[in-house]
Amino acid sequence: MSGLTIQNVWKEYGDQVVLENISLSIAPRSFVALVGPSGCGKTTFLRMLLGQEVPTRGRIDWDGTALPPEPGPERGVVYQRYSVFPHLTVLQNVMMGPEMRQAPLVGRVFGPARRKLADEARAMLTEVGLSGAEAKYPAQLSGGMQQRLALAQALMMRPRILLLDEPFGALDPGIRAEIHTLMRRLWNELPMTVVMVTHDLREAFTLATRIIAFDRTRNRPEERLRYGATITKDIAIWPPRRAGAQTLYDADIPPSQDDLTAFGLTSGTTRLPDGDIPDDATYPPHG
Amino acid sequence: MRWINQRPSKGAQVVLACLPFVLLGLAYLIGSAVRLADNPADKLLPSLQSMGRMIEVMALTPDKRTGDYLLWSDTYASLGRLWAGLGIATALALLLGLVIGVLPVARAVLSPFVAFVSMVPPLALLPILFIVLGLGEVSKIALIVIGVAPILARDLSLAALALPREQIVKAETLSASTWLIAIRVVLPQIMPRLIDSLRLQLGPAFLFLIAAEAISSDSGLGYRIFLVRRYLSMDVIFPYVIWITLLAVVMDLGLRVLRRRLYPWTELEGAR
Repeated sequence: MSGLTIQNVWKEYGDQVVLENISLSIAPRSFVALVGPSGCGKTTFLRMLLGQEVPTRGRIDWDGTALPPEPGPERGVVYQRYSVFPHLTVLQNVMMGPEMRQAPLVGRVFGPARRKLADEARAMLTEVGLSGAEAKYPAQLSGGMQQRLALAQALMMRPRILLLDEPFGALDPGIRAEIHTLMRRLWNELPMTVVMVTHDLREAFTLATRIIAFDRTRNRPEERLRYGATITKDIAIWPPRRAGAQTLYDADIPPSQDDLTAFGLTSGTTRLPDGDIPDDATYPPHG
Repeated sequence: MRWINQRPSKGAQVVLACLPFVLLGLAYLIGSAVRLADNPADKLLPSLQSMGRMIEVMALTPDKRTGDYLLWSDTYASLGRLWAGLGIATALALLLGLVIGVLPVARAVLSPFVAFVSMVPPLALLPILFIVLGLGEVSKIALIVIGVAPILARDLSLAALALPREQIVKAETLSASTWLIAIRVVLPQIMPRLIDSLRLQLGPAFLFLIAAEAISSDSGLGYRIFLVRRYLSMDVIFPYVIWITLLAVVMDLGLRVLRRRLYPWTELEGAR
């Protein structure tokens, strides 16, 4: 069985059942979005895929073998915050992973190996649109740039699974649209399976090949402790998206043109073509 | 406008910062002048001239008996002890703090012990140190180490524990071993805190130094002020106290500059 296989996974903290009986197969190269209300265990599930948490019962396999019980380089992660190291510059952040892999004793490489690595890191930074920011510290970057950096840092390890925990939740809409375009391109180009937790359904439908909804099926106050959340919806996007293949409606429209008013179509929008307010308009409108 | 919204301008800030110093100086000068007018032989608040004479004697004239310039030989002896103590304490605290902060097993073993030891009043241990280690340099340095190291170690382990768990997991996904997480993720991020913590510990370190020197020594700044106390030589004690304070202030500023130079990212908006 290739891909991720989750079999009868439960997660409990003491008496509190968080997730119950989750079974799921995720094909290689999928882009799965996990959605659901707050506190329904999406993030717990993602952490179990990452190895940050261990299931109370059940097993998680990758290509038929159990995933290691602790995080490792085969699984990359980007969190909403704290994904990059504040004490390293952008370039150092991106070089950190390969450096530590190549030098297990000192965690740094020197000489020609370092120059080669720096070149690779610069290429990756160009890929995510961060060229020119190599010498900055993360605190000097905007939120969107920090998330691009976190992506670059994770992708340097060529992970087979990339786990995203609400990575774009704190970004404003324009920046989010740009980083969605980047995310889709990276997923198309790199041989990885992506699992993303998100609160934003639009984001889920824009990026994913499949959307999994978690929810509690029993939610009465006296049941909350002993019944956890489980998978309530499993939606495959139609027409299917495939990594590396163009689909009908995935033409990437730059956000600057993603606006009907730009083409003079005013129907379906309350905005006016050239931003003028007509003389006879009254604000606020009455009635 | 409310007081809470009234901010002094740059120039006003400088003036306001100088104000307490000037007031203290004036108060001293007035008090000194009043007392000396009453009794020219008064020793309690000596005039600036007599302090200046004593500074000349202590700092610029070789001692008749030993041929040393006393202020400088005292400073040399004291700073040697202080820096040896702080150096050992820092190294020890860094090691302990890092191990406690990074390894849960080490935390289980050492954290309660270090917390316990840090509550022992160091000065109460001084007699034990004198008995066990003798009256030489070792016991004085040991007092500073015992007084400073546990608090530094606790502070550093707290700083290490306060790092977001996400960073540690992220490092693991970047193929870091426990060792690499310690030296490449945790250590560089607790070093700025170490320096700040050390700045705060300068005061206690001087306290332990002067206490140890007062009780048993034949040189040092603390030894000198407790020696001349017998003769009520306020004209020596005042300049020595000011000198000790200046030394501490300069070390504090030096450490601050060092932190800014070595860890520029700590000064950035948004970095912790």
